[in-house]
Amino acid sequence: MIRVQCEDFDVGVELERLAAGDRRIGGVASFIGLVRDMGGDDRVSALTLEHYPGMTEKKLAEIETEAHRRWPLGAVLIIHRYGRLTPGDRIVLVATASPHREAALAACQFLIDWLKTDAPFWKSEETPAGERWVEPRAEDEAAKRRWGDKP
Amino acid sequence: MKLLYFAWLRARIGCAEEEIDLSPKVKDVAALLDWLRSRGGGYAEALRDLSIVRVAVNHSYVGLEHPVRESDEIAIFPPVTGG
Repeated sequence: MIRVQCEDFDVGVELERLAAGDRRIGGVASFIGLVRDMGGDDRVSALTLEHYPGMTEKKLAEIETEAHRRWPLGAVLIIHRYGRLTPGDRIVLVATASPHREAALAACQFLIDWLKTDAPFWKSEETPAGERWVEPRAEDEAAKRRWGDKP
Repeated sequence: MKLLYFAWLRARIGCAEEEIDLSPKVKDVAALLDWLRSRGGGYAEALRDLSIVRVAVNHSYVGLEHPVRESDEIAIFPPVTGG
């Protein structure tokens, strides 16, 4: 399931709901992305996330489909927020449920790695020097590449 | 054709979206970017370095050789930084 929203989410509620009612599930893995208070050497007081409505949902759904194709998953959840957030706020939740931990953990990492390079979101940071757009990191591209391309 | 701009591309160009009448000479993404750059000002500045520009046609990433049509929604933006 994909959700793109302004509002915060309750991690406990979401994780519990993910496996609820499916007794084949043996493990739930999750990744939660938070707003840091530093960007490079500068203090960050707030972060604004912009996205491309329509394409965002489409790319996230494609990533979800690809995870289901690669691993035996009972359920996938991606929640990504947009708007203005402050340090400590949750940005993203990726969670996977599977009969076994290997698939849940691997798929969770795959999803966040792909999301970071494919989903059309952009971050702008508020720092003492002014507002600036976050630069993409080469490590993110490398993290995605290790999973290989789509067939 | 509907054009959308995001993040610093939007800021440099100075608008989030616009409708343009496609010149018959503009057949692909590369020609569209050339045409936009020829408008000068913020366009020329924003599209100077295509290595940091991504293009999506109808919500799918495409390369410079991808054809464009009047009915397309084309988004132009920097590399993404979500998650």
